[in-house]
Amino acid sequence: MPLLQVENIHTYYGNIHALKGLSLHIEQGEIVTLIGGNGAGKTTTLRTISGLLKPREGSITYDGKDLLKYPAHEVVYKGISMVPEGRGIFARLTVTENLEMGSYSRNDKNEIQRNMDRAFTLFPRLKERRTQLAGTLSGGEQQMVAMGRALMASPRVLLLDEPSMGLAPVLVELIFDTIQQINKEGVTILLVEQNALMALSIANRGYVLQTGEIVLTDKAEKLKNDPTVQKAYLGIE
Amino acid sequence: MRATFSERLVDLAVNIFLWGFRILIVAIIIIGTFFTIREGKYTSEQWIDFIVFGISQGSIYAMIALGYTMVYGILRMINFAHGDIFMTGAFGAYFTATWLTKAGFVDANPFLGLLIPILVAMAVSTLIAVLVERIAYRPLRGAPQLVPLISAIGASFFLEYAFRGFFGPGKYAYPPIKALEGTWEIFGIGILKVQVVVAISAFIMMALLYFVVMYTKIGKAMRAVSENKDTAALMGIDVNRIIVTTFAIGAALAGAAGVLFALVYRQVDFFMGFTPGVKAFTAAVLGGIGNIPGAMVGGLVLGVFESVGPSLFLEGLGITRAYQLKDAIAYTMLVMILLFRPQGILGERLSKQKA
Repeated sequence: MPLLQVENIHTYYGNIHALKGLSLHIEQGEIVTLIGGNGAGKTTTLRTISGLLKPREGSITYDGKDLLKYPAHEVVYKGISMVPEGRGIFARLTVTENLEMGSYSRNDKNEIQRNMDRAFTLFPRLKERRTQLAGTLSGGEQQMVAMGRALMASPRVLLLDEPSMGLAPVLVELIFDTIQQINKEGVTILLVEQNALMALSIANRGYVLQTGEIVLTDKAEKLKNDPTVQKAYLGIE
Repeated sequence: MRATFSERLVDLAVNIFLWGFRILIVAIIIIGTFFTIREGKYTSEQWIDFIVFGISQGSIYAMIALGYTMVYGILRMINFAHGDIFMTGAFGAYFTATWLTKAGFVDANPFLGLLIPILVAMAVSTLIAVLVERIAYRPLRGAPQLVPLISAIGASFFLEYAFRGFFGPGKYAYPPIKALEGTWEIFGIGILKVQVVVAISAFIMMALLYFVVMYTKIGKAMRAVSENKDTAALMGIDVNRIIVTTFAIGAALAGAAGVLFALVYRQVDFFMGFTPGVKAFTAAVLGGIGNIPGAMVGGLVLGVFESVGPSLFLEGLGITRAYQLKDAIAYTMLVMILLFRPQGILGERLSKQKA
């Protein structure tokens, strides 16, 4: 049984039908990527899984439990953590305070300290800047804060919304390396990306999303070589 | 795009008017101060009296202003019923203090005689604020900004006239604490005991609040929610619970401020929250709305200006009974701040970081 199973969800923004019967599943330990153009519904999918949006129809099952009955702030207690679009860092909190907020759902002091150490090991830059207000950091450092913060909740599943957005290529490399490393430590990953090439090169499987529907799904390697995907998302004619 | 000639003319006229206004205010302050000091109407002890009164009054404003500023910080909403929350606390304290005084408890134990009514006032204010939030504000969350504002004005009237209905339009005499009558000699200057106690109580509570907001888990969560509710929810923070907590903390401070206010003015009535409420709102804007240290600074600055200002700026200009113009000074400050520094005294950091 998959760790996370999304079945036939219909999500609306007011009257706008954003997700039209979307289904996907993620197995324990996988990296799954969701690619698609602007407005395809990638962010909406993540926000629906994390509970910020509630679908009108469909079901989301996580570890055998119905996830839809929990409000957003309880989903993280179940083990699903999200790095939101645009990073969503708390600009007027320090780096350390941002990380502490990530562990809001945790009560074990030792566990919190371990996670804090792990965040600083993954991103040594953050350790240097831990007393700085997060709003004064560069875009790349803010992305590190957002990822470190999501890991502070000891998640089993990490949802990442466009972690490469607005970053210099060398930082994109670093972020993607870190995603693989996090995955090796046993965290299952659902990665939403516009940078389809990068995403498909680290993922096990991929879904292609178009105007709220999955139009294609396969092993990442196969998607990378699929002519329609190459044409639409990889810029290869 | 270039502005047309008439648009530029209007711009120029507005600028001239605003500069004229600035110059007028500065001129009044300088000329007034000059003549007041030359006439030597007040001794330095009297000036110190004015300042001390300003500080104690200002610390009460600051305590109320914190409630406005915290709720604004988290909901971008002006809680116009906040002044009336202050009033409900003062009523709770009035009944408690009267009962304790009659029983002879306050004379026997003045410290608890002060503390118990404060705790009762905090409890009453908190309870009513939480109910108001639940009934009048929460159902309107997500509605356009004007809607909760109107609801807040409605809640304000409701509280005022409900209390008028229950307790009548008259003023109740707040029982004095005998131990707090008279003055203390501090550095050779006699200072009213009540004012010292008011200022100290206010500072203790504000320091406590600052500690809670800066260093506790719930305080950090409040700051996180005020920045980004969705992301805060992703962290596992129950946003509604944090909002209620914010209302409750603000109300507790307002309730305590109500007791301090009643101790100074010795009376309690259903409408007593209106003027301090508007003044505290002024103080919150003055310090930079949404900014917690700003509310404290704004309250103190307003209190001192209001207390010193009439005698210092206006009496020298030959205005008799200038003291009655202290409200005019407070509201002039509000207008000036809104015109010339809308982000408030400490607002700069905040507005820069939000951008």
